[in-house]
Amino acid sequence: MSEKHRLVDAGAIVGIGATEFSKESGRSDLQLAIEACEAAIADAGLKPSDIDGFVTFTQDTNPEIEVAKNLGVGEISFFSRIHHGGGAACGTIQQAVLAVSAGVADYVVCYRAFNERSGHRFGTGVQDRAPAPTADTAHFSWYSPHGLLTPAQWVAMFATRYLHEYGATSEDFGRIAVADRKHAANNPKAWFYEKPITLQDHQESRWIVEPLHLLDCCQESDGGQALVVTTPERAKDLPSTPAIVRASAQGAGENQDMMTSYYRESITGLPEMGLIARQLWNTTGLGPDDMQAAIIYDHFTPLALPQLEEFGFCKRGEAKDFIADGNIELGGRLPINTNGGQLGEAYIHGMNGIAEGVRLIRGESTNQPPDVEHVLVTAGTMVPTSALVLGRDH
Amino acid sequence: MADDAAKAAFLAKLKEFEGREVGTQDGADEVNQAMIRHWVEAMGDRNPVYTDAGAAERSVHGQVIAPPVMMQAWVMRGIAPPSRGPGNAQDELMALVESEGFTSVVATNCEQEYDRMVHLGDHLRNRTVIDSVSEEKATGLGVGHFITTRVEYETLEGEPVGRQMFRILKFRAGTGRQAASAGDGEEQARPKRPRPALNRDNQFWFDAAKEHRLVIQRCTGCQALRHPPRPRCDKCGSYEWDAVDASGRGTVYSFVVNHYPQVPSFDYPLAVGLIELEEGTRLVANIVGIDPSEITVGMPVEVEFVDHDADLTLPAFHPTK
Ligand SMILES: [Zn+2]
Repeated sequence: MSEKHRLVDAGAIVGIGATEFSKESGRSDLQLAIEACEAAIADAGLKPSDIDGFVTFTQDTNPEIEVAKNLGVGEISFFSRIHHGGGAACGTIQQAVLAVSAGVADYVVCYRAFNERSGHRFGTGVQDRAPAPTADTAHFSWYSPHGLLTPAQWVAMFATRYLHEYGATSEDFGRIAVADRKHAANNPKAWFYEKPITLQDHQESRWIVEPLHLLDCCQESDGGQALVVTTPERAKDLPSTPAIVRASAQGAGENQDMMTSYYRESITGLPEMGLIARQLWNTTGLGPDDMQAAIIYDHFTPLALPQLEEFGFCKRGEAKDFIADGNIELGGRLPINTNGGQLGEAYIHGMNGIAEGVRLIRGESTNQPPDVEHVLVTAGTMVPTSALVLGRDH
Repeated sequence: MADDAAKAAFLAKLKEFEGREVGTQDGADEVNQAMIRHWVEAMGDRNPVYTDAGAAERSVHGQVIAPPVMMQAWVMRGIAPPSRGPGNAQDELMALVESEGFTSVVATNCEQEYDRMVHLGDHLRNRTVIDSVSEEKATGLGVGHFITTRVEYETLEGEPVGRQMFRILKFRAGTGRQAASAGDGEEQARPKRPRPALNRDNQFWFDAAKEHRLVIQRCTGCQALRHPPRPRCDKCGSYEWDAVDASGRGTVYSFVVNHYPQVPSFDYPLAVGLIELEEGTRLVANIVGIDPSEITVGMPVEVEFVDHDADLTLPAFHPTK
């Protein structure tokens, strides 16, 4: 990959829209997707007929052609889907930037919608019958027969080793949850609005899988989130304040597995995030000191720590001190997850975090820090993943 | 029944039941909204097409339908059904298998097919036939025979609605490989552990485990060991490989203790380790023979093998003695 790829400042997020975030939406996944896209298009000051591209997750069950049909979009000239669960989130925006900068589409909608709580839940599935033996399913043969079945359990294996190597404690994980919930308490859209927690609440919550307490695990949510991407030039003609995609990157590390990269020499880092950090920083000339806020993917608290380390906000093994010193709180060096994150606002596979990144650039977060010039947004951890640097237009 | 001739004679008697009609049964009530409502509430199924006449009318069905899987419920014989009278094929068959000690029962499979939707006011009837009786099988629960019945459902007017294949295992309590945990044999069978998806890249490893051997894939090009197995060596590029027996000794590189969700195939709290073998490769396996609260990273462990059922044997690791 070239150090100076051509995607720097090549796209802008000009619209964001979401459904309410709930535990029981009472309507289909598809309807959630359509509603979110409609809201995002309206927020951008566009009409559905202006849209000519869609990007979503391979894990999403709402085909772009159904969404387009329902919105009355008409013809679409670009469509793409990204694999690897929550790792896809920022990757959808990169796809859109690639498309608009290459001229294959003008206005691309990225979306993700599901009834993850009231419909199919990720933490359950186990079957008595062997699945078809593809490379994807054979991978899980090394885990599921032993009872290692859920994302929380896969993540916990890293967390134990991280605690062991760096002398961190469960309270260091808990501080992420406390900060998220504090921010959610001030966000009316958050599921845990006005419901902050204390570190003691965290410590007293039941074990899900040691060393993860219940309050280390993100919620399960019903909802949809969509974002509209175009070129920075077209963004100038639209009513909203654009969030410029200063840089976008995907990454799969060496010896990468889906959720279980247990066979690397060290398992306490996230080399795929390191690869993404190198791309973001090298292509823009920006660095951790240029970020005034961050949305750090938080499906489970333990993996927020190595993300802070991989992006250079602190040294390896020192995230616990960075966090304990109050840096991730409002008023701190790097307020994170100002919407409440996925623990506090909703779990929409990282897409709601990108929308919060846009609000931070617009100055519209309910927990708005002053003078936000740049925001880092990351996607799923322990999977091939992605991240963005969003910035103000000048 | 130890000797083969006696077994064969018994099986021949059982086989005579295949194809015999058990009888017909009329549903006690017509298909009605009250029973549908109770059923969908119990199942947590909120599809309005089952309960909301307005929504159902706007749906493709045009009217309220009963949940298709309720088919069996419309013609059930009740909690304390009356005798079907002498000479009933099913009662005779049960008496015969029980006379040989196969007194415990567990339902193992149920498959349904539907010909059409069932609507309010339909009145269903079923007709049951003994479909098949298996030879004697050694199962995880115990030694027994599988008995499959085929039940055809139709309206009282004779219009086919669907059919159901229902299979039970009649077995001798205490004869299974899991006899210790099966208790009195009448309690519910423990579901099997999730099945591995086996293919040409990983089958050898699970086959070796069945022989109580812990093996590691080895590249025959450069002798590098690798786990989990893969088709190609990333070091030398060779597609050729074999497998070597591991010493079975290693250390706990990391571990977790699962508390929730509790899947019935496992006992909780469930310790799962990432074990680093002394050969250098790592693998995931259960940690046994120690209170989970006493497991530590770096702890030396040794392999043992657990036969979970006829098709699945897995290594587990206990603290080195
Ligand atoms: Zn080799």
